[in-house]
Amino acid sequence: MRTTNFLNNSHNDYKVVEACALFGMMNLSGRRFGARDPVRAISSMHERSNGLGGGFAIYGLYPEHENDYAFHIMYLNMEAKEKTDKFIMQNFDVLEAEEIPVNPEANVWKPPLLWRYFLQPKKEAIKNQSHDDYVLNNVMRINTEIGGAFVFSSGKNMGIFKGVGFPEDIAEFFCLEEYEGYMWICHGRFPTNTPGWWGGAQPFSILDWTVAHNGELSSYGTNRRYLEMHGYYCTMQTDSEVMVYALDLLVRKHKLPIEVVAKIFAPPLWFEIDAMTPKERNFYVALRQCYSSLLMNGPFTIIAARTGMMIGLADRLKLRPLTAGIKDDMLYLSSEESAIRLVAPNLDKVWSPRGGEPVIGRLKTLKPQEILTT
Amino acid sequence: MKSYIEPEFIVERDNEKCIRCKVCINQCTYDTHYYDPEDDVVRSRDENCVNCHRCVVFCPTKAITIKKNPTQYTENWYWTRENIVDIKKQAESGGVILTGMGCDKPYYTYWDKILLNASQVTNPSIDPLREPMELRTYLGAKPDKLEIEMENGDVVLKTKLAPQLCVETPILFAALSYGAVNFNVHLALARAATEFGTFMNSGEGGLDPRLYKYGDHIIVQVASGRFGVGLEYLNVGAAIEIKIGQGAKPGIGGHLPGEKVTQEIARTRMIPVGTDALSPAPHHDIYSIEDLRQLIFALKEATDYTKPVAVKIAAVHNSAAIASGMVRAGADIIVLDGFRGATGAAPKVIRDNVGIPIELALASVDQRLRDEGIRNKVSIIISGGIRNSADVVKAIALGADAVYIGTAALVAIGCTLCQKCYTGKCPWGIATTDPWISKRINPDIATRRLVNLLRAWSFEIKEMMGGMGINAIESLRGNREHLRGVGLTDTELKILGIKMAGE
Repeated sequence: MRTTNFLNNSHNDYKVVEACALFGMMNLSGRRFGARDPVRAISSMHERSNGLGGGFAIYGLYPEHENDYAFHIMYLNMEAKEKTDKFIMQNFDVLEAEEIPVNPEANVWKPPLLWRYFLQPKKEAIKNQSHDDYVLNNVMRINTEIGGAFVFSSGKNMGIFKGVGFPEDIAEFFCLEEYEGYMWICHGRFPTNTPGWWGGAQPFSILDWTVAHNGELSSYGTNRRYLEMHGYYCTMQTDSEVMVYALDLLVRKHKLPIEVVAKIFAPPLWFEIDAMTPKERNFYVALRQCYSSLLMNGPFTIIAARTGMMIGLADRLKLRPLTAGIKDDMLYLSSEESAIRLVAPNLDKVWSPRGGEPVIGRLKTLKPQEILTT
Repeated sequence: MKSYIEPEFIVERDNEKCIRCKVCINQCTYDTHYYDPEDDVVRSRDENCVNCHRCVVFCPTKAITIKKNPTQYTENWYWTRENIVDIKKQAESGGVILTGMGCDKPYYTYWDKILLNASQVTNPSIDPLREPMELRTYLGAKPDKLEIEMENGDVVLKTKLAPQLCVETPILFAALSYGAVNFNVHLALARAATEFGTFMNSGEGGLDPRLYKYGDHIIVQVASGRFGVGLEYLNVGAAIEIKIGQGAKPGIGGHLPGEKVTQEIARTRMIPVGTDALSPAPHHDIYSIEDLRQLIFALKEATDYTKPVAVKIAAVHNSAAIASGMVRAGADIIVLDGFRGATGAAPKVIRDNVGIPIELALASVDQRLRDEGIRNKVSIIISGGIRNSADVVKAIALGADAVYIGTAALVAIGCTLCQKCYTGKCPWGIATTDPWISKRINPDIATRRLVNLLRAWSFEIKEMMGGMGINAIESLRGNREHLRGVGLTDTELKILGIKMAGE
């Protein structure tokens, strides 16, 4: 991913350091809702971002294309688009393709060309791979081989909208008032370097995984080298990328429940493990022995999502903020409680999850096992 | 034949301070000091002095100073004093020059060209006195993934892990064989390892049965001489280490002179009293990698697959490929011993010229195992010249799971690196089996000094980790992003897998 990496990290720092505002909102009954509340909430945490990145992930976005892969692609020039179109035609059946509608009046910095495709893998090309692996490989190929083209959203019935600007400006630019979904993940970015690169904004997504991340991983080098051993190459040099790949490896490939994954990212301390019952202790010791290289050390909060599920998790020392709230069927996760209160003043419950304790919201209509195997 | 060799050191005694108490005479095992009753003065035979500082430390009035002999050969950058003296020694003896401890030459020490990171602003540093800071490490083979099943809402672990060693700090005591050192040293190492939650290594001379009760904290070694190896010995330890090579003398065996083989040592080593204990250069049942596999599994069979098996090699030119083969042969832990690694006795020419720096060997082995996707199948322990806690942190960030310390542990209990271990007359009571001199090591005091060293280094490691914003040592392992090089060439940086400072 040399070209996109250069754009993302033009100074070739070993990784991009950033801090952020996070907000997630999920209707557990699967009822879809519009942009008003999520955009107001993330905008209220204006001071936590610096205008160098904002973004949204919306789930339940394309019910009319529920089973098609929805690609959102940014192009830096027409040549990249022509090459990509050719590549897509060769490998996918294109059901629909259109330019993503935008509002040119919005206050954003140098928007690229933005297109949306609804795709199905070509049956003759897929061979014996899973559909997800096939799509993943082709996304990686577009991002690394074509140059100037970047697939920033590739899941089903979901989509990412992101770019360089404050989150409220990004919402205006993408006309998010036109969309509805049952889950919204919002991100405002405060990077310490200065890339004006739209792909570097968050949320970061692969297939239907989305991660909005606030923090800096002191364990980045360890995590990265472990993932490399498993075929994931961290070419964007951001911590969020490590998180997404780790989630994909553990949940999709190793088939671990998300509760267990949370305990890999933020395991209990040894003295806590020592005090457990022998059965529990065995399990946690094995977890820390086997997955020690995926302990996410240093400050982080993530809001991660995939179809039917939203997860909030902070590092085990809780060095980054995370607040959760519930009102009726709505689950809120936020960097600051004030953002939740702004859109839901009378919460049924509000709490600050302890470091390493995941908050997991699941659609009531889906059983957890179904989510794991989807 | 008259010797042409001049004394290396000069003993100076302040006769005004000297009270003629004769402590120096009693303490010196090399017969350097003597009392002249005619003049009521203590005098010295400079040619005997090895600069061990035993007399200096124990002189109650601090009357003794040892100096390098100021009389030097005509200055010559190429023909140093060492070169000249070695030739004279060989011209007079016709033999191989022996030495002790590790290579003392000013060759590349990469530890000193690697600097550590610390957090500023974007990432808080962590104060280990106020926040948890975890050093616990498990050594042994790890599976590729864990299989988990949900049963009635309970998580049930389906994967069975290989046996592991748990260390509370990533520092273990290196192999020091019984015979090279005496029982008191072994006892102190065993007690300190037990008290701190780490391990000592028995070395290749077997294990005195009096130490069996510390077996849970002892790694028992199997070397080419097979001294003291039996079913009980293998089963009493927490792990077994096959010693193929040693950093101080890669490619050659060992020789414990018969004078050091006392009754106790003879019994433990299973050899007659007073006979030389010779370790062959290779294991005569290991002429290739498939033979190693057989020995590994013979030992696993003997211990019913309850203990990890480590394989120790000297860091040599193609360590990475050898290490990969060792993992595939079934080793749970690989030990890399660098060319600074010490010994009780080795030919000086071997010690100073064979092998490669441990930093480079470690970096290339760790990377090779990752490239082959088998790094999780093995733990890496490195040894050979770990001098302080920063060396430990740098080693772990380069990719080690833990380190062995040998020289540092001996320095903690008195060693001053005079490099005369092979004489068997160690005035500090360490590298000797003479019952009278061995008494100089008080096991209680030595244990305390060793535990203090582990404690001090562990505190320092926690401080350095906290500065980097890391609170569990596994997040430091292989984390080369926290290292930067200074004064290194591009090739050196590439092999170490680190960036230049400022990058």
